[in-house]
Amino acid sequence: MRSALRGAIGVAGFLLLWEAAGHAGFAPQNLFPPVSMVFARLGELLATEEFLREIIATVLAWLIALAVATGIAVPLGLLLGSYPAVRRATKVLVEFIRPVPPVALIPLLIVLIGNGPETKISLAVFGALWPILFNTIYALDELEPMYVETARSFGLGRAAIMTRVALPNALPFIFTGVRISASIALILVISVELRGGGTAGIGYWMLGVSQGIRQMDLVLAGTLVAGVIGLLSNYGLEWLQRRLFGWNEIAQEAR
Amino acid sequence: MTTMLEVSDLGHTYGSGDTAYTAISDLSFTVETGELTCIVGPSGCGKSTLLRAIAGLHTPTGGTVRLKGETVAGVPEDLAVVFQDYSRSLFPWLTVRDNVEFPLRSRGVSADDRASRAAEALEWVGLGKAGKKYPWQLSGGMQQRVSIARALACRPSLLLMDEPFASVDAQTRFELEDLLLRVRRELNATVLLVTHDIDESVYLGDRVLVLSKPPATVVAELPVDLPPVRDQITTRESDAFVSLRSEVARLLHGKEPATRSAPQVTSEAAGTGDQGVHVADGGTPKGQRTVTAPKNRRNGAGGKGRKKHMKTKKKRGVTVQRPR
Amino acid sequence: MSEQPRRRALGFLERWLVFAGAVVVWEIVTRISDSVFFPPPSKIVQFCAELWFVAEPTQLFLADTVYEDILPSLARALGGWLITAVVGISLGLALGRSRIAYEYLNPLVTFLRSVPPPALIPVFMVAFGIGAQMQIATIVFGALWPVLLNSVDGARSVDRVKTDTARSFRISRTEWIRMVVFPAALPKIFAGLRTSLAISLILMVMSELVSSNHGIGYRIQLSQNTFSFDTMWAWLVLLGALGYLLNNALLALERRMLGWQPKREAAPATAKAGG
Repeated sequence: MRSALRGAIGVAGFLLLWEAAGHAGFAPQNLFPPVSMVFARLGELLATEEFLREIIATVLAWLIALAVATGIAVPLGLLLGSYPAVRRATKVLVEFIRPVPPVALIPLLIVLIGNGPETKISLAVFGALWPILFNTIYALDELEPMYVETARSFGLGRAAIMTRVALPNALPFIFTGVRISASIALILVISVELRGGGTAGIGYWMLGVSQGIRQMDLVLAGTLVAGVIGLLSNYGLEWLQRRLFGWNEIAQEAR
Repeated sequence: MTTMLEVSDLGHTYGSGDTAYTAISDLSFTVETGELTCIVGPSGCGKSTLLRAIAGLHTPTGGTVRLKGETVAGVPEDLAVVFQDYSRSLFPWLTVRDNVEFPLRSRGVSADDRASRAAEALEWVGLGKAGKKYPWQLSGGMQQRVSIARALACRPSLLLMDEPFASVDAQTRFELEDLLLRVRRELNATVLLVTHDIDESVYLGDRVLVLSKPPATVVAELPVDLPPVRDQITTRESDAFVSLRSEVARLLHGKEPATRSAPQVTSEAAGTGDQGVHVADGGTPKGQRTVTAPKNRRNGAGGKGRKKHMKTKKKRGVTVQRPR
Repeated sequence: MSEQPRRRALGFLERWLVFAGAVVVWEIVTRISDSVFFPPPSKIVQFCAELWFVAEPTQLFLADTVYEDILPSLARALGGWLITAVVGISLGLALGRSRIAYEYLNPLVTFLRSVPPPALIPVFMVAFGIGAQMQIATIVFGALWPVLLNSVDGARSVDRVKTDTARSFRISRTEWIRMVVFPAALPKIFAGLRTSLAISLILMVMSELVSSNHGIGYRIQLSQNTFSFDTMWAWLVLLGALGYLLNNALLALERRMLGWQPKREAAPATAKAGG
């Protein structure tokens, strides 16, 4: 209770400082607007259909990318994770592929795929694949042999052990991977939008208002929206993980 | 003898209102210079609260602690503590020697002096060669020796020990007990040791203070008339030892002390009449211990007092304080 | 003990064998498909050599672009990351040891770290225009949070017994921070530093892609505009190599500084549960 109050005081203090600094005239208000101006602009924007469309475009691309990445990475991880040799080879390859920042592929993808939403979705899928894939493989690595022995003693076959023992056991790990991937996917979707891949989305919109006349109030309104999307996705997935795997200690640890 | 530590009317209550919990109340006792005093009490009786108050780690809600005549407010300079949980009390990122040197840094001891004092202290506890190792490379008993060395290197006027041997196995515990007796004899250290183990308190102490269940007060104060040089086998089977531990056990359980006739309890009797002796969560029956004592103990000086001591049947002056 | 170097050597061998195998497959597939967009690795290497090396001893046989694009990019990424490290660690340790300060700042920090870092580029672009200032500001602001939050976590991991020990020995404030809190937090700090390094590189490339007139990201963008995909791949390979090298350098530093930690193989099984 007290910590919530302190948190609120902290936020309020920050906003007040910002407001005061905005009025103090350190910089022209188009470069450093007071917070009230940013919120006023945000209010106006949220009332327009176009702006809401941009938000939806981003969120939708992010959700699709995350779903596709999960759909590919989990089965692939289960398959690769079942063979120790393949598992080790994959780890090595990923070690070499991972250091390339996915954003560097944006220009290539724009040429290959074009300016549609497919571009940002493809890149986000590519970036989001790895954490889920890795956590799935690791989860299989960590599977308690006792569970498998038990299942085998009840006469379960290889496939049944995979679906009824290994997978449920791996789910909390996998979900942790999904959470990491979610923020990566969001970063990549917005990055592609910023690079002008795609003709809609919050990043694309921010790029527009940041060029030409300097309108910091609009840019910051866009950043706030991006932050809220990020915050909601973090919290939403955390909440979901607690609901689904409250019994598991990793769920708590991953916070 | 001068008084090293004087605790008067010490009390501590956690929280307030309905949830208030009084851990200790009206605790008074003194520790004389050069003395090894053991405080024994049931688990969770507020021993740690008491020790933390003496160490100045928290401010008690009532009463005063005086070290060498000065009221303790905050951690006094002249004191060192050995904690039960050596694995957490030692710093894993420092080597054994750096751990021992560590407190000396803040006391402005020069690097050369630090090194020689650390080497000396490690020598005392028989770890002269382990200085370059990290704590995790040592066994539990050796780690606790490092924390003892660290405390001794500070040359404290008063050494506080909080259940120092509760986290090691029985054999190691014997070794460490003898090590403590030897070191404190050699250095003439003043030690206040808190334990839940009755046998340990009698074996180590010049004097045993028995605490009650919470709110803890001093129930009794027993001088230990065992010779300064003790031995895990003979001391523990001596009549004086056996009767003392029974005495402490009775006091801990809130019963009247036995009539102070000459002790008739033999070591066999102690083995069978064991129920009273266990205060807390101890593992092996204490009465059996003498049988399983380690063969090669560090303390070779056991023989001297043995014979003489078996005959000691001095009448002890027992002061009994009723819990209020 | 003799097992360990052998196993390490085997691991090393296995790793590069897999890598070589993958490169061979890549070579064959790209040669068969003969796509403009995906040149074979042999060709990429050739382009790398042409791009970055010259027969000019006065500039150490390195082409102008190394001095004009690669080094400035690296300097900005590493510079931003270093600022991040200093600010993140000191602020994080302070917040981790002060519950009250943490409670005041927690919601604010939670929001700020949720902002996807690339969304900061337009903000600093408007504030500072195009240039190093904007890039470093973006990197610092975007890569700060992993270090900060991990330092907070690490500083909090100092347990009660250690606090009591330090207090009972009257450890001075500086020794307490330098020799207790900092080393206790170090494993977490390194985890944060690695994430931050990756984010720094991403933001370096990203900010150069969006707007700049030199740098690795700019070169990649330029090769898209001129449809020279061989060059583009050369730059991509360079980025990968740089990321790999930097990450491994950081790992080596981490192993050195965390040498006190029990080795996994050597530690008794119970150490995990006890720690």
